[in-house]
Amino acid sequence: MSFINYAAREINVKIVYYGPGLCGKTTNLQYIYERSNPQQKGKLISLATETDRTLFFDFLPLDLGSVRGFKTRFHLYTVPGQIFYDASRKLILKGVDGVAFVADSQEARMDANVESLHNLVVNLRENGFELKNMPYVLQFNKRDLPTAVGVDEMYRKLNFKGEPSFEAIATEGMGVFETLKAVAKQVLYDLRRK
Amino acid sequence: MDTSLVMYQEEFDRISAVLNRLRVDANAKIVFLVDKNGQQIAGAGEIDQVDTTSLASLTAGNVAATDGLAKLIGEKEFSILFHEGKKDNIHISIVGQRLILVVIFDERSSLGLVRLRVRKAAAEVEGVLTQMEAKAREVGSSGQESPFAEITDEDIDALFSE
Repeated sequence: MSFINYAAREINVKIVYYGPGLCGKTTNLQYIYERSNPQQKGKLISLATETDRTLFFDFLPLDLGSVRGFKTRFHLYTVPGQIFYDASRKLILKGVDGVAFVADSQEARMDANVESLHNLVVNLRENGFELKNMPYVLQFNKRDLPTAVGVDEMYRKLNFKGEPSFEAIATEGMGVFETLKAVAKQVLYDLRRK
Repeated sequence: MDTSLVMYQEEFDRISAVLNRLRVDANAKIVFLVDKNGQQIAGAGEIDQVDTTSLASLTAGNVAATDGLAKLIGEKEFSILFHEGKKDNIHISIVGQRLILVVIFDERSSLGLVRLRVRKAAAEVEGVLTQMEAKAREVGSSGQESPFAEITDEDIDALFSE
C-alpha cells in the first residue's frame, strides 16, 4: 500500500521478492545494493540465521528519482523462502504494492516453485490482495546451471496471468535490474490508475 | 483492506508538533512515527543520528512479528513493546491500529514518564490520523484525480533511463 507524503513530496512503495528457499531472492537484493549509487540506496538489512538463510526479511530502500516533482522511494523486501517460515512470509506481504517471483530453474526445484507460487496466492489473499490485480513479474533464476529447465516449459508451469518474465543469473547480475524495473514500472502505472 | 495513507502539509505539521512536544515532555532523545508497513511518517529530536529508514522498517517488522505472537495466544495485539538497553531504551506503541509511535530515551528519562506522556500524545496523533483518513475518503469520492494520474509513459521510462 503506497504512502503518498505531500509534505515531503515523496511516494513510498513496497516491492516484495517471493519464491522458494534458495532461489536467489536475497542475491537479487545484494546485486541491486552493490550496483546502485550510494546516494540512491540506504542500508541493506538482512535478518538471517548464522548460516545466511533469511530468517525474517531482507530490506533495501532505493530512491529511483523524481516523477512530477515527487521523489519515488522503493522499499524492497524479500521473504524467507523455507516452508516453515510461512507466518513470517504472510507478515511481509502486508501493504505490498508489487511482487517479483524468483523461480529456481533447476529441474529438482520445479515442485518447490509451484508450491511457493501457490503459497503466494494464498498469503496475498489473506492480506486482502489478489495476485491477478497485483503488479507482478516472474524471474527464471539460475539459468547458468546445467540442470536448468527450458524457459518455455517453466513459463507454462509458472505463468500466472501473462506477466512479464525474465531470465536471470542473479549471482552475475543478469536479469536483476530488468526484473526490478519491470515490477517498479507496473507499480507506477498502477498508481496512475488509482 | 485499508486505504493508502495520504499525508498533506497540514496533517504533517500537526503530527510534527505533537511529536516535538512529546520529545520535550518525555525527555526523550528521539520520537518517531511510522506506519505498520514500515513507511516513516514524521520524527522529532536527534533523528539525524540514526538511519531512520532502517529504523522504520525494523520497527514495523518487530511489531508485525509481535502481532503474530499475540494472535497465536488469542490476544488482539500487544499495544506496547519495550526494549531495554545499557544506555538507550526503545518504547514502541500502536496508535489507531495502523501507526507505530517510537520513543528512544536514555537515563535522563524513565519508562514511567515515557508511558505517561505517550498516552496523551497517542490520542492526539490518533485524532490527526482520523482526519487524514476522512480526507483521503473525501478526495477519493469527489473524483479528484491523484497527482499521478497525469504521469506519462515517458515520465516512467525516464526514471529507468540510466
